[in-house]
Amino acid sequence: MLNWGNFVSQLFNGLVSGALLALISAGLTIVYGTLGVLNLAHGALFMLGGYAGFVAFQATGSFPIAVVVGALFVAIVGILIERVIVRYFYSRPEEDQILVTFGIGIVIVEIVRYFFGSLSQTVQAPTVVSPIINLGFVIYPEYRLVAFAIVVVALAALYLLLYRTRIGMVVRAGIEDSQMVDMLGINVQRIFMAVFGIGAMAAGFAGIINAPIISITPNVGDDILIQCFVVVVIGGVGSFAGAIVGGLIAGEIMSLTSMFNPQLSQVMLYAVMTLVLIARPQGLFGTR
Amino acid sequence: MSDTENPRAGISRRAMLLGTAGAAAGAMLPLALPSWALADDPALGTFPAGQAGDSVFVGIDMPLTGTYAAAGADEQKGIELAIEHLNNGDDLIKAISTKTTKGVLGKKVVSGAADEAAKPDLAVQNATKFIQDNKASVLIGSVSSGTAVALNHFAQDQKVIYLPGISGSNDTTGKDCTRYSFRACFYAYMASAAVGPVLLDKLGKTRKAAYLTPDYTYGHTVFDSMTKFTEAGGWTTVTNQLFPLGATDYSAYALNIANSGADTLVVIGFGNDAVNSIKQAKQFGLLDKMTLVVPYMSPYLVQQVGQDLMAGVYAGLDFYWDIGDKFPLAKQFVDKFEAKYGYKPEWGAEAGYMQIALWADAVETAGTFYPPKVIAAYESGKKYADSLVGPVEWRAADHQLIRPVIVVQGKKASDMKSKDDYYSVVEIVPGDKLLPDPTAFGCNLGSPT
Repeated sequence: MLNWGNFVSQLFNGLVSGALLALISAGLTIVYGTLGVLNLAHGALFMLGGYAGFVAFQATGSFPIAVVVGALFVAIVGILIERVIVRYFYSRPEEDQILVTFGIGIVIVEIVRYFFGSLSQTVQAPTVVSPIINLGFVIYPEYRLVAFAIVVVALAALYLLLYRTRIGMVVRAGIEDSQMVDMLGINVQRIFMAVFGIGAMAAGFAGIINAPIISITPNVGDDILIQCFVVVVIGGVGSFAGAIVGGLIAGEIMSLTSMFNPQLSQVMLYAVMTLVLIARPQGLFGTR
Repeated sequence: MSDTENPRAGISRRAMLLGTAGAAAGAMLPLALPSWALADDPALGTFPAGQAGDSVFVGIDMPLTGTYAAAGADEQKGIELAIEHLNNGDDLIKAISTKTTKGVLGKKVVSGAADEAAKPDLAVQNATKFIQDNKASVLIGSVSSGTAVALNHFAQDQKVIYLPGISGSNDTTGKDCTRYSFRACFYAYMASAAVGPVLLDKLGKTRKAAYLTPDYTYGHTVFDSMTKFTEAGGWTTVTNQLFPLGATDYSAYALNIANSGADTLVVIGFGNDAVNSIKQAKQFGLLDKMTLVVPYMSPYLVQQVGQDLMAGVYAGLDFYWDIGDKFPLAKQFVDKFEAKYGYKPEWGAEAGYMQIALWADAVETAGTFYPPKVIAAYESGKKYADSLVGPVEWRAADHQLIRPVIVVQGKKASDMKSKDDYYSVVEIVPGDKLLPDPTAFGCNLGSPT
């Protein structure tokens, strides 16, 4: 006996939460695909974007400024991390790369905890947005719709960057074969730095966009990081399209499963990931 | 040179010298050994090695990261304040642990803290280090009942006393109770028994309740106890939305609840889960058509969620800073805590302080750190004339402290007389009315040795 009203609202909700996950996962997947480095600090960068935006919001009271500050701050942090630490690990075994990015993530989280404490911080949604909107089939927080729209625009911008610009072409080539790109005389080091910065920026941007929805704490990125991995595995490593489709699938799985058995909603995500690993290990859109 | 080489000697000079030396050493033995080695009590757990020097170690196993981090940090401060008071012989702790002079049995108390992030396996790892490296005389700390239950069993195996701080599950003194663990704070059954009648009285008897429950022992038992008490009074339970501990996005659960026809929302989540549950319930319009109830309220909830969302909400607490007019020791505790840390203590701090004070008293009463004798002191049925929450006593059958539960209601922002004046106290329900039958949850205390 299905509650159709609930079903439709969950379908819709899965789309919205899936889109946010898609944006964060896109950042993770292009870094992994291009650099070959699994950035376990990605969740911490998401959190950092939220806090940078929070500080900017406290100082200026303007949400758009907070978003810009959040995204740019994390982009810079990402570039710094790549230049100062990560680039020395490209030739190291994968375990070392995982350990160093994991360690960086912990350091970022604890630095934030040192300055802000463990209590959650609130970023108010912009006041132009009314708290709730009645869409007919569901009563929904209006800000989540706004966030959805912003995320779609951000994903479109990322798509244009990757598929319609020269640098995007080089990045995609690097995802396929970075050695060849190097041999063609293109400065791969700068590309790597740019990619890491873009990936971090995606996470930071998502972090501040998400802050009015979920109260930010130093550990808010932990759960997100795990879900991003699942999305990247389902969608395929290095595939932008895979991150989007994977994110939407993940969002839908969690929303729809909660209708029947809320306990299983996260478990179902892992079950689907396992199925994909068995049936198509490279992911839905993966090539390797 | 071997003794057999000289067949004429009956006993060789070497053997004679060795024998004399051995006899002399043997005579010296009682003087050379430390007094504790001659005591009647055999070595058990970290006794007596943990008390060999002039200090004893308290292992604080606490979530300092993750969704329960804020409550954990507050609880740690309460524990550390109690330890400081023990070492200084402060009047407040002597009011509870009456035989205390300085330290515990003359030994200075030192402590160390480790982060368990609300993960049971980490909690056990930390506790193992406390026992192996520091020879901890007692282990303390929890916010998640998952870790409390794991440490209950660990303590029983290792024969070192463990004191949960915040633990809301029925299982901690129920099916997972152990001889080596003692719980002083309130829990699911007591909270439901105290808050339930208030809800039935003030909110009515025919309500439809939706539950938002963390999916582990604490959540399950609060759900069980709350539904037991409210359904007996006439409420219907329309949905139970279980979420994983630490979840950040409650949109799916909120939509299910919105479509369930409920008029009452019971939030069981703790720490950040409670904050997110309530904020997102508001975002999805649930709080506009449902009454919010928080039977087991987390520290720092109203500060993070905002007074407007908590106005009129009935909740259960272990301690609230404003009960000082009824309990003078509570007022002393709040004043001393605020003087040291700059804010009024949340209930985790009180829970931690109480556990240390009661442990010190048990050890002083036993006159030794030998665990079975300390346990016997806990189980002796002693009535404490006063504590941070008034008269209390331990229930030997399941190691639960018989203590009151404080039912509060959130004030409207306009009614607040000071910045901390969040709640009005509805009722302080005495503990003896609130406890289940000791065997109700399958408690089977193990052996002390």
